[in-house]
Amino acid sequence: MSAEAVRQPAAAPIVDVRNVRKVYRRDAEQITVLDGINLQVPPGEFVALMGPSGSGKTTLLNLIAGIDRPTSGEVVVAGTDVGRLSESELARWRSHNVGFIFQFYNLIPVLTAQENVELPLLLTSLSKKERRERALTALKVVGLADRAGHYPRQLSGGQEQRVAIARAFVADPGVLVADEPTGDLDAKSAEEILALMESLNRDFGKTIVMVTHDPRAAERAHTQKHLEKGVLKA
Amino acid sequence: MPLPISYNVRNVRTRWQVSLLAVIGIGLVVTVFVALMAMRTGFTLALRATGEPGNAMVVQRGSASELTSWVPLDHRNKIVVDQRVAVGSNGRPLASPEIVVVGAMPRRSDHLPTNVTIRGVTPSAFEVRGGIEIKEGRTFQPGLDEVIVGKRIADRIQGLDLGATIPIQRHNWKIVGIFTSRGGAFESEIWGDLDTMAGPFRRQGGSNSLAVRLKDASTLESFDRWIRDDPEMQLQAVQERKYYEDQAGGLSATLLFLVGFVSLTMGVGAVFGAMNTMYAIVAARTREIGTLRALGFSRRSILFSFVMESVILALAGGLFGCLLAFPINGFSTASGQTPSFSEVAFAFQITPDILARGLVFATAMGFFGGLLPALRGAKLPITSALREA
Repeated sequence: MSAEAVRQPAAAPIVDVRNVRKVYRRDAEQITVLDGINLQVPPGEFVALMGPSGSGKTTLLNLIAGIDRPTSGEVVVAGTDVGRLSESELARWRSHNVGFIFQFYNLIPVLTAQENVELPLLLTSLSKKERRERALTALKVVGLADRAGHYPRQLSGGQEQRVAIARAFVADPGVLVADEPTGDLDAKSAEEILALMESLNRDFGKTIVMVTHDPRAAERAHTQKHLEKGVLKA
Repeated sequence: MPLPISYNVRNVRTRWQVSLLAVIGIGLVVTVFVALMAMRTGFTLALRATGEPGNAMVVQRGSASELTSWVPLDHRNKIVVDQRVAVGSNGRPLASPEIVVVGAMPRRSDHLPTNVTIRGVTPSAFEVRGGIEIKEGRTFQPGLDEVIVGKRIADRIQGLDLGATIPIQRHNWKIVGIFTSRGGAFESEIWGDLDTMAGPFRRQGGSNSLAVRLKDASTLESFDRWIRDDPEMQLQAVQERKYYEDQAGGLSATLLFLVGFVSLTMGVGAVFGAMNTMYAIVAARTREIGTLRALGFSRRSILFSFVMESVILALAGGLFGCLLAFPINGFSTASGQTPSFSEVAFAFQITPDILARGLVFATAMGFFGGLLPALRGAKLPITSALREA
């Protein structure tokens, strides 16, 4: 979609986090994880969220991805205030707007690479044939078309993450969220994954928000945001 | 669109070790259920197969069985000439007066004595009762001390062999034939000539019962009313098939209660077993649940998927249980708990209906066993599910 969006300089941010607070309650204790966060990500951007453990970067990512809700403030992604959606609306919204890349790939072990990639398409109105074709195309993009029938246990870590990336973009969401995508990989595989993400951003116009510890990974992003104790540093 | 069922089937297959205990647990319950149902069906069928739809049994009012009933000769003569009674090929009424006694005989299996029904009949019994077939030897000769023996009881009682002589009421009777009666209760009886048996059995001047064929089965009610309205006769007419079915009533109901009670208590145990397994499965797949929810699958599809998986497990158990129960199909046994206190032999009957009920029962166990674990899985917050190792 977003090739055009990139060309529009004044485009509204695809991710708009406004004055967000997130407080967890543990017994009587309240823990403020995010405090007054404001973050605008224009379409086609590649952002790295950095910061020490416990700084709240994964929590912020979860809010943007619509799998968690802010205690106060607004998270508007792709034009929708995700905090206002019901549980089932939110599930439907995620399937159309967000692609997930996890640190440990999170492929379903009993499904083949192609079936894993096909999963998000089960939530669309595509026919079985169309689903299969699109899944294969996505696998081609990540260079694993020849592994379509393999199960996750038959793939290397790097290959698993590439299948997971294919799964993340197969339904053509505007935003990809990645939580330490290279955290479990060796240097060479990490490099391949980062190159793939760069290509998705550059060639397919995907907006990427990536949480990472790894400075080399962060360098690939256009912008880096640093979180510390729940507050964004410039 | 929900998650495909193949996903559940593959999970069951991949984690078969975890699933095995639940499958076996549910399977054994289904085995017991099918076996008990087969027993009840076999017993009911044995008694239901006894009797022709157009036949009426004339017995004494208030008698619990033929043993305690008495139809005097003069009443019999009055009844058989009624116009509603059919006439046989020889021009005589199709009516079969019968005397019934019970004798104790040793079982082949444990040599312990059990009660066997001995029935004295006239040659017209074969035409009236219908379905009697001599399988070996020949039928008895009126006037001679000869008997024929039902196939089922011949298999169960010591000494009931073709050509052998057996003592009944201080009289020796020669076995000249073995007969069947379409699986009915007569196959658990010994038959001989009425007039020859009346003396030694002290059953002269009448019969215990009178079976008559009606020209038209729908006249049974008026036939019964006519008999009841006669102040001299303390008799009634009952449809033959119903008469024997009612004899089964007590035991059949007891068996049904037993099926229900045993299946329910064991079923509750199996449901807890399945629940335990499903909780373990949900716990092992927590991160997977988080991933699926993040991808956009709703809580409802997660709930449905895990209930489905539990039902698949239970159905596998159900099939296993049916297979395990199958060898008892046709296995013969007997019950002495009949109103005439004598053995009625019957075969365990596993019918498609029983197997279907067994599978439905398994499905129900799977559903209830899977519901709470599936709810737990569906309710997990995505963020904490994703954090699970």
